[in-house]
Amino acid sequence: MNTITPAQYLPEKPARRHFRTEKFDFASLFFSGLTGLATLFILGLLAVILLNILINGWSGLSWHFVSTIPKKDFFDVKTTGVLPMIVGTTIRVFVMTIFVLPVGVITAIYLTEYAPNTSIVTRIIRAAVNNLAGVPSIVFGLFGLGFFINFVGKNLDVLLHNSDAVWGQPALIWASLTLAVMTMPVVIVATEESLKAIPPGLREASLALGATKLETILKIVLPQALPGIMTGGILAVSRAAGEVAPILFTGVAYYMASLPHHVTDPFMDLGYHVFVLSTQSPNIEQTRPILYATVLVLLMLTFALNIVAIVIRARVRKKLRALG
Amino acid sequence: MAEPILTKINLPTAKGGSPAAGEPLIGIEQLSLHYGTSKALKNISLTLGEKVVTAFIGPSGCGKSTLLRCLNRMNDLIDNVRIEGSCKIGGHDIYSPEVDVIELRKRVGMVFQKSNPFPKSIYENVAYGLRLHGVKSKSELDVAVERSLHQSALWDEVKDRLHASALGLSGGQQQRLCIARAIAIRPEIILMDEPASALDPIATTRVEELILELKKDFTIVIVTHNMQQAARISDFTAFFYIGELIEYNNTAKIFTNPAKKQTEDYVTGRFG
Repeated sequence: MNTITPAQYLPEKPARRHFRTEKFDFASLFFSGLTGLATLFILGLLAVILLNILINGWSGLSWHFVSTIPKKDFFDVKTTGVLPMIVGTTIRVFVMTIFVLPVGVITAIYLTEYAPNTSIVTRIIRAAVNNLAGVPSIVFGLFGLGFFINFVGKNLDVLLHNSDAVWGQPALIWASLTLAVMTMPVVIVATEESLKAIPPGLREASLALGATKLETILKIVLPQALPGIMTGGILAVSRAAGEVAPILFTGVAYYMASLPHHVTDPFMDLGYHVFVLSTQSPNIEQTRPILYATVLVLLMLTFALNIVAIVIRARVRKKLRALG
Repeated sequence: MAEPILTKINLPTAKGGSPAAGEPLIGIEQLSLHYGTSKALKNISLTLGEKVVTAFIGPSGCGKSTLLRCLNRMNDLIDNVRIEGSCKIGGHDIYSPEVDVIELRKRVGMVFQKSNPFPKSIYENVAYGLRLHGVKSKSELDVAVERSLHQSALWDEVKDRLHASALGLSGGQQQRLCIARAIAIRPEIILMDEPASALDPIATTRVEELILELKKDFTIVIVTHNMQQAARISDFTAFFYIGELIEYNNTAKIFTNPAKKQTEDYVTGRFG
């Protein structure tokens, strides 16, 4: 019995091979350099904006600033404060989320699970959703004024026999609803994507056990799609938090002496306040630190809202992975 | 709906195919199925016996999986499917309008080619069907889960981690879990669509042993690409080719002395 050793079937000295290319690859270097530069440029812009705001805004930031309801003259450092704006922006984002998530998710469920894919109605709905995403936000503002306030609100007042306008005026609820309509496509698309990503085998398994379509969606599909749905929610919150145009005619107030008490109250808003500070101030130099501090607060609030949503999503994911 | 649809009465003798031993349970008559304009099944007629293992064999695209999915109406989920002829289980046409598909699928369970446990705990996977059908009591669920896991030969491997995720099991264990999940609701018939094709040889052997064990309590219809598997575990074998039933007989006959040339060529590996 012979055992074969490598020496027997390999040549004694392996032939020398060159793996180096003869030519220098200019095209690759050029394009990798180009993409790198583009990335650096974007990162640089972001860094300039953030640092500028941080450096100039930090000095104006204080506990007093964020916890004070300002006097009418909020252009003066002594009487200024942004508490009502923080409260207003936060509440309108939350109320929007309460409206946009259920409606968006249910629409997405209809489109992916129930609607016949090839029918004209489905195609029209999909096209409408995509077009909705491309409508300028000021148009949503006008829509909110025309539909929610002048149509829904005014008619509600008539129905409820209110002598003064209660619902038929700019209010927190109408601003939130307008934002909900604006961010609807984001939630729908994100939810659709996450529903489509669920393996068809899971649905089949559930149906084969005698589950109805609804049971399958509620017990198998939706829990799995939850992180993706929440991603949609996070995107909607990010977009809505900084938007000013849709709330211009639908709920934001130039000044209010107190915090909003009811969903039919108007509210003050950080984004709109930035606009007011930068355009209406009688003394630009005196207002500038307040303006920077307000922008910084707006950025921090947007980050905070995002982080809350991201933490919740991470918990849901962890729970799904551990058990389900 | 309250009336059970699968009581074994009025059993018709289907034309065509060979009569299966045991009590005939499933009668397929002149069944044709179209996907849009293409015809996937052509005038299939055969009867399948109770508490026996029947194997459907044939090359890819011959319609064996499609026929299997007719038996629990999983084809309903696909658009543009049209079915002609009749398919009776226990004498009742499962395609008649008054049949409740939910009730049918409770009686006709299914195990898929790719193991598809829910991303839930092992316990919840088995309990899922029971909960769907209204079992709420914890003790009742515990008993049924344990019994099903015993019956699918998985209990000893998972009894200490019933509440761990099912996705942590090996491929073979996942497939046996899917079998446990299917038998937990006590169906009469279990349809298996190439249940071992994604498993390694050892896991395959375990699943095959399990099928032979389950035969005592359930009627099993299995689609397989593996002819040795069909020979090992089935009592009757039906050979399909391009949507047609070529030959149906007891397994020994199909593999040793088939009546048709095509069947012989296929089982001896000359084509397919």
